[in-house]
Amino acid sequence: MTLGFITWLLVYQLIGEVISKGLGLPLPGPVVGMGLLFLTLVMRGDLPDGLKDTAGGILKHLSLLFVPAGVGVMMHLHLLEDEWQGITAALVVSTVATIAVTALVMVGLAKLTGKTDAETPEKETGKQEAGDG
Amino acid sequence: MGEDFTQIWVYLSTTPLLGLTITLVAYQVGTWIYTKANLNPLLNPVLIAVLMLVGVLMLTDTDYPTYFDGAQFVHFMLGPATVALAVPLYQQFQKVKGSFLMILAAILAGSVSAALSAIAVAWAMGVSRETLLSIAPKSVTAPIAMGIAEATGGVPSLTAVLVILTGIIGAVLGTWTLNALRIKDWRARGLAIGTASHGIGTARALQINQVAGAFASLAMGLNGLATAVLLPVILGLIF
Repeated sequence: MTLGFITWLLVYQLIGEVISKGLGLPLPGPVVGMGLLFLTLVMRGDLPDGLKDTAGGILKHLSLLFVPAGVGVMMHLHLLEDEWQGITAALVVSTVATIAVTALVMVGLAKLTGKTDAETPEKETGKQEAGDG
Repeated sequence: MGEDFTQIWVYLSTTPLLGLTITLVAYQVGTWIYTKANLNPLLNPVLIAVLMLVGVLMLTDTDYPTYFDGAQFVHFMLGPATVALAVPLYQQFQKVKGSFLMILAAILAGSVSAALSAIAVAWAMGVSRETLLSIAPKSVTAPIAMGIAEATGGVPSLTAVLVILTGIIGAVLGTWTLNALRIKDWRARGLAIGTASHGIGTARALQINQVAGAFASLAMGLNGLATAVLLPVILGLIF
């Protein structure tokens, strides 16, 4: 993790915040920064090793980073208590629906364009990673 | 002899050190339990950490702003980490350039379905507007989802918890749903899990199949961008 590339991330975030606030976009500044960094990498056509390591280092503990915000739910426990049925129904139905729609559209388009899955090995076990949200 | 415990507690509870330390400890305990349980999605480390911390704060009668004074140092890193998500997104994008349009179309369909179905069910069940707006970005990775919730009038901390629950639901029900639909294409399976249940689903997909894991990771990044752009438009049309 190098100081130079941490600065890169902060500069992109800062530019993102300025664009987001300046243009009054409903997009969060860091997301604009992420989009800009992605475009920069696509235009460069290459990923600096230092940036790869720095990003990897930060993202390795991504799920730690939203613990403090998650704890803030203690100020809104009444919402969970009063509305847990509606929340549970929305989460379960919507998650299953999203999985179905995404998979069916992908399979449908693959058939349409003839780009059906080339090599899909049976049950090839990948690397295990921690469950970031 | 030194000060008695009450005085030490009074001192510590006013410094950021305590909030920061218990956050790191709780997260590591959560990770330890999750690892011991063979990465069972039901024992999500963040959920364990959040439950432990809420419990500790309530037992010690500490209010959230006091805790956050310390925890904000961790929280601050969410911004740069969100920007850093561009790196894995770029790495996955490189691998699938040829089928990118098809993939993008599937993810956009998933992104819109996620938002519309969550809003429709929540509305039908009569949940409050605050909660509804917090549920809408639930399929997106937490750092982006919280930003979206903040920008659209939801409650970011409620969104953080709902995002984690969505990830767990996707990891548990994903295989079952895809098998019921007879989807055998690992690319489609990965995209579906990553779009619906972000990093938690992606971690699950990686355990099962490498191709599915790579597509899930791509879907998680793209769906974050897509939802950040589309959700404010969708909400604008509805409300």
